[in-house]
Amino acid sequence: MAIAILYDSTACIGCRECESACSERWKLPYNDKIAAEEKTSARKLTTIRTHGERFSRKLCMHCMDPACVSVCPVGALEKTRNGPVVYDEGKCMGCRYCMVACPFEVPSYEWNAFIPKVRKCDLCADLTAKGGKSRCTEVCPVEATLTGDRAEMIAEARRRMAESPEKYYPKIYGLTEAGGTSVLILSAVPFEQLGYPANLPQRKLPEYTWAVLQHIPDITAVGAVFLGGVYWITHRRERVAAEEGGR
Amino acid sequence: MTLAGIRITFWRIVFGVLMVLAAYAAYVRFFHGLGASTNLSDQFPWGIWIGFDVLCGVGLAAGGFTLAAIVHIFNIKTYEPIVRPAILTAFLGYLLVVVALMFDLGKPWNIWHPLIMWNPRSVMFEVGWCVTLYTTVLFLEFVPMVLERFRMERAQRIMRLISIPVIIAGVILSTLHQSSLGTLFLILPQKMHPLWYSPLLPLHFYISAIAVGLAMTIFESWHSARAFGRALEFPLIQRLSRLLSVAIAVYLAMRFMDLRNRHAFGALNVNELESWLFAMEIVLMLVPMLLLFRDRTRERPFAIYVAVVMFLLGFVTHRLNVSVTALERSAGVSYIPKWTEVAVTLGIIAAGFAMFRLAARYLPVFEDHGHAPEAASVQAEKALAAAPVAGD
Repeated sequence: MAIAILYDSTACIGCRECESACSERWKLPYNDKIAAEEKTSARKLTTIRTHGERFSRKLCMHCMDPACVSVCPVGALEKTRNGPVVYDEGKCMGCRYCMVACPFEVPSYEWNAFIPKVRKCDLCADLTAKGGKSRCTEVCPVEATLTGDRAEMIAEARRRMAESPEKYYPKIYGLTEAGGTSVLILSAVPFEQLGYPANLPQRKLPEYTWAVLQHIPDITAVGAVFLGGVYWITHRRERVAAEEGGR
Repeated sequence: MTLAGIRITFWRIVFGVLMVLAAYAAYVRFFHGLGASTNLSDQFPWGIWIGFDVLCGVGLAAGGFTLAAIVHIFNIKTYEPIVRPAILTAFLGYLLVVVALMFDLGKPWNIWHPLIMWNPRSVMFEVGWCVTLYTTVLFLEFVPMVLERFRMERAQRIMRLISIPVIIAGVILSTLHQSSLGTLFLILPQKMHPLWYSPLLPLHFYISAIAVGLAMTIFESWHSARAFGRALEFPLIQRLSRLLSVAIAVYLAMRFMDLRNRHAFGALNVNELESWLFAMEIVLMLVPMLLLFRDRTRERPFAIYVAVVMFLLGFVTHRLNVSVTALERSAGVSYIPKWTEVAVTLGIIAAGFAMFRLAARYLPVFEDHGHAPEAASVQAEKALAAAPVAGD
């Protein structure tokens, strides 16, 4: 089973209980000032954003084939079979390629720390691995955030949309974005109005780099034969000339 | 003027000032963190330490593999006198890239991790391995200069035995990571400005690296000729500059065809910064290419030098455009490096010049390593400059 989060922004009341529970889990400070920041950072791993009367929530999307995992040169990021994308600070060397590559601009960095690390939501991997729910799900008073099997979450999203089609923009965000994500989002309006990137490829992002990387063995083999051959030809001509006493 | 036995010159003062600034910047970086020493942010995690020091640094050091291939593999002996300076530049260049990386990495003491913690899907992993191996190759290509200096015969014989496989490995490793620096950006199709994103980025980076490698070889020949009062290998420089103009032409043709095929010219807009920086990049490559095509330019060392410097600037502009300009709009921030970032970068460049100078003075880098009296060599240079291009 692979779990996913379903966030229904039409149900969200912007109470920020998810923010506070998340900060508590990571032992990060949380107060009114931090609550008002409305952007994710190394000290705020999920945030509610206000758009007039509407709210949206930003957290790691836990892509099915995450760009951050594919680009990490030391495998410090990992997509677990259960769904969460988790980070191992012991492996990380701080190249920040994950931050450059993430299509949702999720990973944050501890810019001022002496021993800095990347910070991001881990979908409460320890809790969800035991069949539990994420902290943000547990504290949500209006079921705007749910945790469960991805297929069931998609079914739940479709059920809500079918029940009251007038309430929803007809699309589940995260179904195919960047090849699909383990966070699914519902909205009343087009998603870019809530701050979700709209121009994402539907293709898995790691395929863009793999298209080139996969040729490395070929380049190496062909290159070695080609260069060896050129060397042999160019120098043989010289040797023959020397033996014939020419030049 | 001398002070405590050291002759004080303008450039030595500049060097000293840069080193002091860089040392202070290093203190800020390592004791107060990346936040205090850079203008980087979550929205803009890579700055000039990656965009210039690494992306340009590795490119500018490409002369090493280009000339090693031309002379030792393709056996075009004419260029032999400039292989060693090119290899020296490359070796120093890669060492300095590693120094720059130590500044940029959040946890530089983990820099060796990719060697044991594998992720073959990562372009960065591949670059890490290639750069490590290629720096080793460059060391092996550089070490004969030291062995020769100290007349270590047996070691020299061993080095000669392995030299060809080492050179072939170096060319392959360079091909892989020079192009991979472009591949790094392929995962950002939606983030990058269409003037710079292209599935062909790896090829653009590779071809431009070959061109800039040739340009750097001319650049350093010109400078070391002046610094050591040595005769400029002028007919050679003329041939190289002709080669360079063709390399630039190939690169620009590829770049324009690619822009046209992707309908990217539509992204040009008179009032946008991106368009101006794009124009600057293209002009700084197109003009030197046209200049070097002219016979009259190639008759004058200084004209060649000016064209080469323009192209070097064009190359740097392209790499900075890919790594900085192309990403600013989607990130929603405008990144301007902090003074500490600039100080470290300038310090690294200055260290590169100084190390090259030292090595060129004490090791057999040039065939007549610096013993020619000044007056004679200036005469020779003039004579060569006046000589017809027929020998070319």
